[in-house]
Amino acid sequence: MSNSLALTLGSETVRMAVPYACAALAGIWCEKSGVVNIALEGMLLASALGAVVVQLATGSALLGLMGAAVVGAALGAAHALFVRRGVDAIVSGIAINLLAAGGTRFVLRALYGSSSNSPTVAGFQRAIAGGTSAATFVLDSVLSPLTLTSVVALAVTAGVFAKTRFGIRARAAGENAEAASSLGLDVARLRLAAVTIGGAIAGIGGAALAFDQHQFQSGMSGGRGFIALAAVIVSGRRPGRAVLACTAFALLDASQIIFQGKSRASHDLVTALPYIATLLSLTVLGRRQRSTVSV
Amino acid sequence: MTARSRQGALAVASALAVAWIVFALMVWLFGESPLVVGRLLFEGTWGTGYGAGQVLFKATPLLCTGVAVDLALRAGLFNIGGEGQLAVASLAVALVGARVGGLPSWAAVPLLLLVGAVAGGAWAAPPALLRARFGAHEVISTIMMNRVADALIGAAFGAGLAVAGSVRTEQVAESARIGRLDLVAHAFAGSAASFAFLVAVALAVAARWFMRHTRVGREVALVGQNAEACAAVHIPVRSRLAFALVASGAAAGLASAGTVLGYKGYYEIGLGAGAGFGGIAVALLGRSSAVGLVLAALFFGTLQQGGLAINAHVPREAMDVLQGVMILAVSLGDAGVRRALAGRSAVGVTA
Repeated sequence: MSNSLALTLGSETVRMAVPYACAALAGIWCEKSGVVNIALEGMLLASALGAVVVQLATGSALLGLMGAAVVGAALGAAHALFVRRGVDAIVSGIAINLLAAGGTRFVLRALYGSSSNSPTVAGFQRAIAGGTSAATFVLDSVLSPLTLTSVVALAVTAGVFAKTRFGIRARAAGENAEAASSLGLDVARLRLAAVTIGGAIAGIGGAALAFDQHQFQSGMSGGRGFIALAAVIVSGRRPGRAVLACTAFALLDASQIIFQGKSRASHDLVTALPYIATLLSLTVLGRRQRSTVSV
Repeated sequence: MTARSRQGALAVASALAVAWIVFALMVWLFGESPLVVGRLLFEGTWGTGYGAGQVLFKATPLLCTGVAVDLALRAGLFNIGGEGQLAVASLAVALVGARVGGLPSWAAVPLLLLVGAVAGGAWAAPPALLRARFGAHEVISTIMMNRVADALIGAAFGAGLAVAGSVRTEQVAESARIGRLDLVAHAFAGSAASFAFLVAVALAVAARWFMRHTRVGREVALVGQNAEACAAVHIPVRSRLAFALVASGAAAGLASAGTVLGYKGYYEIGLGAGAGFGGIAVALLGRSSAVGLVLAALFFGTLQQGGLAINAHVPREAMDVLQGVMILAVSLGDAGVRRALAGRSAVGVTA
């Protein structure tokens, strides 16, 4: 492999890892606090549209990013509140996914007269203006505000659950809700906070998805939320490992795009790998996972 | 009506009210009158024989997947793998169906229904095994199986299973097709409704009968209510759980009767997509009764067909939104009823 090809592969991988990683971190916030979240897919999708709508309205990519985070947080809060009101977390997650899939197409048609895609948006300006060599592309994807934000999200996630009082309490709420509430913790509020913050992080991933394509496309999350869920499970809900798994999935994606010479059949087989890996890991993690996940 | 089914009816009625309000809001946001669009929706569905037939057509796979989700729910399991089970079953049915040209209809159709059920059940078997043997959460594993199905079918089509240059299989044999309803009921003329709807209704009735009147069925329901107590009286909990999930997959696989055999005559990527998740809405609304499931499937079939009828005024995607709203509203209603009952029994009033 030539040097520049390796650099292109690296930069594509970083770029593609961001939505996965953000969604996986979101999943970790939810799972650690004891709320199963299969709505990561819907959160990515809805917040991607949020980013585009806000940037088109205001002209600011930063506001678009914040808009996406707000949409993600709102869906997270809704999920936590539904679960608190006694709705099964799986049911709520499915409903949010359906609402996001239908709702984004509805809003697309309402705002832009098309149910398939939005007008184009600029996204963030490239960090390194003017450069065309592969090396500047790598720097560009590493230094993009979206990559940096997701690195911060990783650090914050790891730090909060390892070191802070809130993180340890949220974990207690997730591991044994009854014990936590008998110690005087407000389990419902801890979960609401954790799932809302998680939703905001998923929103960053949604913004990355949209800005990367410079528009919103219907169904553009394309199963990434489920891959992220797979990363959460495979990593045993550890932020660093989950992001590592996401990077591996992104590397698979990126190499598919770059080495397009291969047949479509092998491409499809490779896309099944993360899911098969997750199924296999369930044989090991199954019992542990069931015992701590509250449904 | 028992107290419980009265409470259930209340939850359904309030969910319908919420759905109507959300519908009216969406229509109003588009500057149209909810009453006018509501009438269009009705006229485009139950207003004509064609519309009603289209509703039956849309309801057919939803009823099968609704029965599927309901079967698993009785055992306390969530089968959200209907999408993958239906896709794999549809592919299997289409492939076998293209090779049964020598068989008469009375043999070919039942054989293909069996193929669909077996393939759907087989796709549910790994999650069933993971659940029974390793305690792995069936929600995660069925989601993963959905994605694996997508990838493998894409790969199989890429590797030459599809008709060259397309993403569809060959046509199934003519004798293997399920006939259109308008052959005998002329009122449905032109609609895509087929006798597969009756297959789906029979499935709902059979599943109900099985759960009530067979030992295995009753044990599945008991495991769903209290697995620990079942283990104590030596009911084989694990195998009952696995059975329920595989049976659920088989029911989802039967939805291919409506899509492949009754409608297209072949399988193409995306055919029947959405029915797996739609089945969850049907099961939640259907309240575990055969009649309820049929009505729920007809309701969501009406929404799907109605979406097309109003598309010129309000995007039909509004109907997908309503599906999500219904799921949440019914569940919130159920939870409310549960809380109310718990509150009453706490103060000593029997519910």
